[in-house]
Amino acid sequence: MQSSSVPSLVKEPGVIQPDLDGVTTPVGSFDDDLIQLLTPQGERVHHETYSARVEDLDLHALQGLYRDMALVRRFDNEATALQRQGELGLWPQCLGQEAAQIGSGRALATQDYVFTSYREHGVAWTRGLDLRKILHSFRGQDHGGWDSAAHNFHLYTLVIGSHALHATGYAMGIQRDGDVGTGDPGRDRAVVSYFGDGATSQGDVSEALVFASVTAAPVVFFCQNNQWAISEPTARQSRVPLVQRGGGFGIPSVRVDGNDVLACYAVTQEALERARSGGGPTFIEAVTYRMGAHTTSDDPTRYRSRAEEDYWRQRDPIARLRTLLVAEGTGEDFFEGIEAESETYAEDVRAYCRALSSPDPITMFDHVYAEDHPLVSAERAWFAEYEAGFTGEEAHR
Amino acid sequence: MSASAIGTQRITMAKAINLGLRRALERDEKVMLMGQDIGALGGVFRVTDGLQKDFGEERVVDSPLAESGIIGTAIGLALAGYRPVCEIQFDGFIFPGYDQITTQLAKMHYRSRGRLNLPVVIRVPFGGGIGAVEHHSESPEALFAHTPGLRVVSPANPADAFTMIQQAIASPDPVLFFEPKARYWDKADIDVRAAGQALDLGGDTVGLHTARVVTPGTDITVAAYGPTVSTALAAAGVAGQEGTSVEVIDLRSISPIDFDTLIASVRRTGRLVVVHEAPVFFGAGAEIAARVTEHCFYSLQAPVLRVGGFHVPYPVANIEEEYLPNLDRVLHAIDSAMAH
Repeated sequence: MQSSSVPSLVKEPGVIQPDLDGVTTPVGSFDDDLIQLLTPQGERVHHETYSARVEDLDLHALQGLYRDMALVRRFDNEATALQRQGELGLWPQCLGQEAAQIGSGRALATQDYVFTSYREHGVAWTRGLDLRKILHSFRGQDHGGWDSAAHNFHLYTLVIGSHALHATGYAMGIQRDGDVGTGDPGRDRAVVSYFGDGATSQGDVSEALVFASVTAAPVVFFCQNNQWAISEPTARQSRVPLVQRGGGFGIPSVRVDGNDVLACYAVTQEALERARSGGGPTFIEAVTYRMGAHTTSDDPTRYRSRAEEDYWRQRDPIARLRTLLVAEGTGEDFFEGIEAESETYAEDVRAYCRALSSPDPITMFDHVYAEDHPLVSAERAWFAEYEAGFTGEEAHR
Repeated sequence: MSASAIGTQRITMAKAINLGLRRALERDEKVMLMGQDIGALGGVFRVTDGLQKDFGEERVVDSPLAESGIIGTAIGLALAGYRPVCEIQFDGFIFPGYDQITTQLAKMHYRSRGRLNLPVVIRVPFGGGIGAVEHHSESPEALFAHTPGLRVVSPANPADAFTMIQQAIASPDPVLFFEPKARYWDKADIDVRAAGQALDLGGDTVGLHTARVVTPGTDITVAAYGPTVSTALAAAGVAGQEGTSVEVIDLRSISPIDFDTLIASVRRTGRLVVVHEAPVFFGAGAEIAARVTEHCFYSLQAPVLRVGGFHVPYPVANIEEEYLPNLDRVLHAIDSAMAH
């Protein structure tokens, strides 16, 4: 789609070139610097630096990554269906970004801490979070239904880019705790902040890069460039590849095929090691694609072409891993097993979601403050009395 | 420690806050200060003078020049178990951090269903009367009082400043701490206790959000906070000479507001004037007038009057004295109320 909204850019190296053959933001524009260990055709690629980091992933481990991605996709699809059935108010799909999220998430250590936006269901999965709890927020139950400290996984942040600063601050706390550069693999910690291409335009992300850089905070900025910030292509956010954002802040930066789970695992592992050892922040641009809509309220047909979606569908992160698994000896029974597990899981998600009951209205007054605030207490008391009046009226009838 | 001797001292409000911060840093190793120029310089008002030297660069941090970054990283530090005290250099510069304060800091406890506390204090030198250029004389406190999840306080004298900054730091909730910069150099005798004694908060342990009757009176109540308390006291003195007994209440806190103290006073006096530097339109005085009217309707002998800033951007320094709620305008309001 040659969109009039895409600026005509002078051809120069490193500058985003909108593809004029129907793909607004092709990954191929700058393949030269893209870290890739697994091609879209499912073939391994040797990389001088990063191949060594996936050598320890045996077939069983690769099958584990496949299972992660397949179950997360099934969950995501189920949530989308639940929204369509009126069971959820909204759902932000992670469809297509499973490799970026699972690959990076599986590189984390238990003690690492994660701050995300609202589309990182795959990362949540790697942190052991019960994904069903994510549904709460999108069913109007709560604003974040999980214990973030129990999973080292912060609540979703909806104000774009805000959490990049929280991640940086948390990393500054880790520094003060002395949990950086001790060499003890059970102690050294790092933080990962996940955000998207749109977020890179937010001042908070730039400020986070400044704070992280000058303090050498142990934080990894994992930017999932999924090509679209709702309806705006990445060209609306930047004239240069987003990976170049890091350099200006003095932050080592790497660009990775975000649909290649092995490469995402490898580059994130390297970045985490740098952070934990005291080497400071890293900026990762994972080039991926939001295969679904921004949310269930969005209509991508208004701003992007079928051709583009087809282009990226051929680069599906799960399909390429499946090809590799088959090539390396995985039998059909494995995939049938995953399929069966996925269906069971989806049924469970569906039942859980439908069973969620609305909170008691009086709970809106809970937890506004940690200590008593007379105004909130007074309003709660008034509301309780007011509601009780209605109950009496109902009872009278 | 040393830099603060124990016992009664005659010090400025700036020094009182400095001593309060020092006490907090001594008492809890998780307390840390963040802000622009607060290290070697000691802050543009010298409130943090000497603290970096004594507590180190890790605990008294010269932050990059980015208010959102300061607040946002303070949130992360608080999530990691720290108690950051952020200095915003001037009132008018809090707005780059407004998003972090209102969308993140204020709501984290609520949205986490009480699992996460953010004990962050944001110190804001505020108000006018110092002949400053644009953006250096503003009173944005109502915006924060209007935001659920935040506590908003303002000391009016050195003793309260010393106590309240420590109480604010000890609070598990985020606190906006508005420091009346025109009063930074006011001096008073304060009781600086040794670390560990009586919560180490100084001699006066009245609650952070408790209003105080500064001067008892019978004819009219004048409520103020921060920089206007001294104006209210001056007005009470003049009115007293003219035969009007004015009760001055230092609110000390505008979220929450100690309505018990205020309402009890107005029920006795039957009249109320509220004084603040912020524009009166949608200001704290508007909320106070509404609630006092609701609770004291049959006690009131005059409408609740407000004295404050006009609905104009803070004017140029050469005419700011005419903008500020000065002695004459407070007396004018007292006279108007008494005429009913």
